[in-house]
Amino acid sequence: MTDIAPDSPAGAPTSTSSRATRVLGVLSLAGLALTVVYAFAITGPDVRLGNSVRIMYVHVPTVTAAYCLMIANALFSGYTLWKRSTFSDLAAHACAEVGVLMLGLTLVVGAIWGRMTWGAFWVWDARLTTTALLFLMYIGYLAIRGLPASPRVRATRSAIVGIAAAMLIPIVHKSVEWWASLHQNETVLGKVNPNISGNQYFTLMLAMVTFLLVAVWMAMHRFRVLWLIEQLDVVGVDEAIEARRAENIGVGQ
Amino acid sequence: MIAEITTNSWWLIIGAWVITLGALGWYSVAIVLKGRRLSRQVPAASRRWL
Repeated sequence: MTDIAPDSPAGAPTSTSSRATRVLGVLSLAGLALTVVYAFAITGPDVRLGNSVRIMYVHVPTVTAAYCLMIANALFSGYTLWKRSTFSDLAAHACAEVGVLMLGLTLVVGAIWGRMTWGAFWVWDARLTTTALLFLMYIGYLAIRGLPASPRVRATRSAIVGIAAAMLIPIVHKSVEWWASLHQNETVLGKVNPNISGNQYFTLMLAMVTFLLVAVWMAMHRFRVLWLIEQLDVVGVDEAIEARRAENIGVGQ
Repeated sequence: MIAEITTNSWWLIIGAWVITLGALGWYSVAIVLKGRRLSRQVPAASRRWL
């Protein structure tokens, strides 16, 4: 494929950045810097968890961002099935991919935290097992998107899987209540005794807002990359039609 | 005593943060660079962001 518009006439962007993503990017970087300062310099060790509590400031925000992205994926998937919208199909794809990254990080960081507090990287605990299952469901979603199929079939298949996968989220969330679990109860909703408060609470909230901003920034960029790929396919089809027309004209003469 | 040692293991704490921020940074750079590369190939009319 040749470069079509390197100089970007008429003010078209030369990347996937826009004013919105630049503002989000600056806020995300500032938030991350502040979170690191709070997590390591301002908050102290926990009474029970010691310094390992500092892992909570990345573990809880990544899983929160993953949940939000996966719920967004289900909403976009539903809209795709309803309206057959390419926009919502690509948005669902972007949300799922960033969600998988966030949930993968949750599992890895959670394993490290588990090693520090339980003495094992992995146990077949209800919360860990259901989270791993959720992760595998979205890996399956992305795999289905990669299968050769027409855009319409691909959108339908993946939308159905996306909606089905999201139904696992409440089960993952409630697993610590429904089954005997090593994993602690819901931290943010105040079901941990003693309750999280003070600087720990502020740092956790700051980290959650920051990671949500990072997730939105990533999903926006990823959506635009997918949109560009879609446009390239359109350009490719147009070029193929033009080439075929030229061939036919040549044969006719 | 064992719990005290493991819950204060700084290399695991730093490792968790480095893995998280490293993965997010790597993914961010990858998508931004891919976006720049693809933008050069797509007609300007198809590159209008909200």
